[in-house]
Amino acid sequence: MSLLNVTIDNVKVQVEPGTTILDAAKKAGIKIPTLCYSGDIDHKPGACRVCVCEVEGARSLVASCVYPVNEGMVVKTTTERVRKARKLNVELLLANHPTECNLCVRSGNCELQKVAEQVGVREVRFPYPDFNREECLDTSSPSIVRDTSKCIKCYRCVTVCENIQTVNALQPSFRGDKVKIAPAFGSPLNNVACAMCGQCVMACPVGALYEKDYVGDVWKALADPTKHVIVQEAPAVRAALGEEFGMAPGTLVTGKMIAALRRLGFDKVFDTNFTADLTIMEEGNELLKRVKEGGVLPMITSCSPGWVKFCEHFYPEQSAHLSTCKSPQQMFGALAKTYYPQTAGLDPKDIVSVSIMPCTAKKYESQRPEMSDSGFQDVDYVLTTRELARMIKEAGIDFVNLPDEDYDNPMGEYTGAGTIFGATGGVMEAAIRTVYAVVTGQNLPDLNVTPVRGLEGVKEASLTIGDLGEVKVAVAHGLGNARKLMEQIKEGTSPYQFIEVMACPGGCVAGGGQPIPTTDEIRVLRAGALYSDDAKVQAKRQSHENESVKKLYETFLKEPLGHKSHELLHTCYVCRGLDVLMDQDDKKKAGGSK
Amino acid sequence: MKVFRAHILVCGGTGCKSMKGDEIRQALIKEVAEKGLADEVRVVDAGCMGYCAAGPVVVIYPEGTFYQKFQVSDVAEVIEEHIVKGRPVERLMYVPPEGTAAIPHMKDIPFFGKQQLIALKNRGLIDAEKIDEYIARDGYQGAAKALTEMSAVEVVNEMKKSGLRGRGGGGFPTGNKWDFCQKAEGDVKYILCNADEGDPGAFMDRSILEADPHAVLEGMIIAGYAIGATKGYIYCRAEYPLALRRLNVAINQAREYGLLGENILGSGYSLDIEIYQGAGAFVCGEETALMNSIEGKRGMPRPRPPFPAHKGLWQKPSVLNNVETYANVPQIMLNGGDWYASIGTERSKGTKVFALTGDVKNVGLVEVPMGTPIRDIIFDIGGGIPNGKQFKAAQLGGPSGGCIPMSAVDTIIDYEEIIKVGAIMGSGGLIVMDEDTCMVDTAAFFMEFCQDESCGKCTPCREGTKRMLEILRRITKGQGRDGDIELLEELAYAIKDSALCGLGQTAPNPVLSTLRYFREEYEAHIYNKKCPAGICKALAQYTIDAAKCVGCTACARKCPQGCISGEKKEPHVIDQSKCVKCGVCMDTCKFGAIALG
Repeated sequence: MSLLNVTIDNVKVQVEPGTTILDAAKKAGIKIPTLCYSGDIDHKPGACRVCVCEVEGARSLVASCVYPVNEGMVVKTTTERVRKARKLNVELLLANHPTECNLCVRSGNCELQKVAEQVGVREVRFPYPDFNREECLDTSSPSIVRDTSKCIKCYRCVTVCENIQTVNALQPSFRGDKVKIAPAFGSPLNNVACAMCGQCVMACPVGALYEKDYVGDVWKALADPTKHVIVQEAPAVRAALGEEFGMAPGTLVTGKMIAALRRLGFDKVFDTNFTADLTIMEEGNELLKRVKEGGVLPMITSCSPGWVKFCEHFYPEQSAHLSTCKSPQQMFGALAKTYYPQTAGLDPKDIVSVSIMPCTAKKYESQRPEMSDSGFQDVDYVLTTRELARMIKEAGIDFVNLPDEDYDNPMGEYTGAGTIFGATGGVMEAAIRTVYAVVTGQNLPDLNVTPVRGLEGVKEASLTIGDLGEVKVAVAHGLGNARKLMEQIKEGTSPYQFIEVMACPGGCVAGGGQPIPTTDEIRVLRAGALYSDDAKVQAKRQSHENESVKKLYETFLKEPLGHKSHELLHTCYVCRGLDVLMDQDDKKKAGGSK
Repeated sequence: MKVFRAHILVCGGTGCKSMKGDEIRQALIKEVAEKGLADEVRVVDAGCMGYCAAGPVVVIYPEGTFYQKFQVSDVAEVIEEHIVKGRPVERLMYVPPEGTAAIPHMKDIPFFGKQQLIALKNRGLIDAEKIDEYIARDGYQGAAKALTEMSAVEVVNEMKKSGLRGRGGGGFPTGNKWDFCQKAEGDVKYILCNADEGDPGAFMDRSILEADPHAVLEGMIIAGYAIGATKGYIYCRAEYPLALRRLNVAINQAREYGLLGENILGSGYSLDIEIYQGAGAFVCGEETALMNSIEGKRGMPRPRPPFPAHKGLWQKPSVLNNVETYANVPQIMLNGGDWYASIGTERSKGTKVFALTGDVKNVGLVEVPMGTPIRDIIFDIGGGIPNGKQFKAAQLGGPSGGCIPMSAVDTIIDYEEIIKVGAIMGSGGLIVMDEDTCMVDTAAFFMEFCQDESCGKCTPCREGTKRMLEILRRITKGQGRDGDIELLEELAYAIKDSALCGLGQTAPNPVLSTLRYFREEYEAHIYNKKCPAGICKALAQYTIDAAKCVGCTACARKCPQGCISGEKKEPHVIDQSKCVKCGVCMDTCKFGAIALG
């Protein structure tokens, strides 16, 4: 197909047919201001009308994010007509937005702020409404907070929850200026089938959706001299934390992260990767058991709590397919208050177990009633990568110039297999390495199982593993892709034995708690850091080679799937279905306009 | 077929039905039967005849005697005198306002005589629920010709020749729209009818659907054939139960006769039509919002391109046309595009249906050729302004349109000519306003409607119209400020320029139009705190004319605020600072001494 010739602000460019004015302008070196547009989630409703521009011959201004160019098109993006309309539209949005930038969690990283700056709004000539914050704030969920007073109706959260995650927890209700993005019947988020994945938070350009903050609780625990506060961090955190301090995406900051945590006052800094390796031991053996004994197949990973909740809501009858293994976070939590105090001579009741996660659903997971096999809440507080960064900044720690430090024992050792858990396909690859070795007694000729890597929505691989024969596996990331595999299972046509599902597109490196923004480019860079860590840094690349894990089995658990493992490291699931839980207050609100 | 010597047609439009039209019809049927005339005289539930001001309307054929303001109590006399004895009843006939002589025949009554019926060709002449009557008046001949004698491309070309432009308000050349879709690639295509008619007070489409639903079906069959549609939908607002019923009956009858379904008239072309009901949103009359609605989604418009001709309903090539547009199509096929193009002006061909309402004597539904001066519609057909009041303006195009003041009343009905004077053709709502109308309040009324109906997707419409309404309401409440007019204009142009769909793009029109012709009225509200028309209560004052006041103290005794003072037999005075403008004093005064102004 031949290229099209387009002129934008007197700059001539050639682009492929189907290119939007916005993308053509980028090629011409012009960054037209946008607000609701998000290329990352393919969201271009043309709704905010900030990116409008003039096209010669067109009657009204057009939205550049969605209008395709044609041959010979002449575009002007800085005429008085355009600038006036753009500025007025931003002014109108500001006139309906609380004026508390200084207090907002997104201050400094807010797209409304940025666009107001770019178009140069200096006054708001319309009266602000009474924002009625009480009615606008929804803090029902342990993971995510909604503040509809700040919503600018960009509909990104709706797109990501409906099209990509296929959950539909957030939808617009009512019309005109009474439009409210909310769960069904205006219910609190905790009462509907929300996976807590936080992709809505990642998509939100302003502070209308954000993580529930537990930083205060953690400071309190750190300040309590009677408490022994330990911390674990997911692999995805170390691949992204640096971005919050201006470092390039894809910089692995493990050593600095450990140093910062020590300076914050944590008594022991451990690693979730340790229990990632442990999870492979348990789950690999569980898979082998199901294959040999005719158990429920395909078996599906269960380390993604957003995915688990999704499965409990939408496919409760298929929950037997889920591995009974807890996630690495929760396996860690259970051991943190049993195994660890035993080795350290501590009283488990004095232990506060904190985790740093790229994930908002982990906050919910830690509070599930089943997650207290130690006799206490196994994981007390979960902080997202963003919250940790705020703590480090609050403490004035010069993160970028910290020296590299090492993990503590006995729960700080990890292999390359553990660290790749943060990328989509990582759990599968780690499992295959160990299962292959256990069955055949030999290592995989090439430890890099590349067919399960990358950003394609559903990935497949097929391997011959000794006398297991051909084993077919699949990897899905993003709940919409998980749904495709679940439908196959429901119909009885699934060809796989083992499936890895991560709720977030890209896997945990792009979780709901990671630095904002996250784009596909950044996903690849963050995952790249983990694969590098696996291939080039870590001495050992297979979970069963982890000496600390071996010691754990020798001295405490005895054997995989043994009695102790079942007690502490395995869990059960709940049939949740899709009914909206209505309590008395909801019944009053349902059906009415606020 | 049975031949009757007389037909009594009872207007079956919603207006006449709401004034006991059904009871009148039942009473006529009963009386005819009791007189043993059931084999000779037929009573018909006809469609809307259009002359709402004269309703309930009964017309007797073959002479075409027009009876107005018919009541159940008139039944016996009309049957006895007119039907049995052949003596039409003069007291029920139409008498023009200036004259005394009754005009017995419909075609001689000015309201009807000056109209040219194409879309409304069958109104008041057939039973809308009998397909045979539609067929008897050349019904389905156009479709037969198109499907069996013409190719799809020839049909499109004929439509282009006719110059027919979309009657829903957009005015886009229908032939061109069909052409784009005909050329679009795809096995599945849709032909859609917009029967959502959301403009407040508009009932052109409703009347066509109630009076002549088959005309719309035939138009859709022809259009479907032209573009290669595999399925048709009529999106009809749920607030039109009679129209929905008549459509359902018509579709079933058409199916029975093989005019819908597989292999229509042996042509090889198949089409079936389904009705989809609206759910109460004006915005769903917008092309792409309508399609989203049929798809089960929220009625919000989509950005264009891609245009529906290429990616419409379910992302398939689709054509959406208005009810009135379709009603013209069968006759264009039958009589030829040249015939249609011979009526009207150079760029606006054919006729247009208007719902003539408001402060005008002959309220009703009229169809006139393009090129008719607006003055003729209001003062000739419409009969002018009642109660001796002066004409002030006519709103053309409803909430998307503008006002035509006296200075522009000679503008002819033509898409481009109307735009020149700051209004739009719209779907045909023509609201006449007399001197007792406040143009600022009128603009606020239409803005409130748009704000209420805005889907909320785009910033300028969702937030901008709210702010415009805020300013307008402040002005009508006497809180207007210097700079308000300029801010209204700034908002208006930015919203027109940047809104996503037609609702937002045209919402500022009434404000811009009233500012163009009645700026001084805005200024009076803002700077003098006065409403010249005396409508905005907050700006009006009740004052007692000392010359007329006899000091009877009746008003002072009735005043709930106790703010009227005065001695007996002395002129009284109202304390404006305490007055809440309830108006009881003016209602009480027997001497006309209290006025609002």
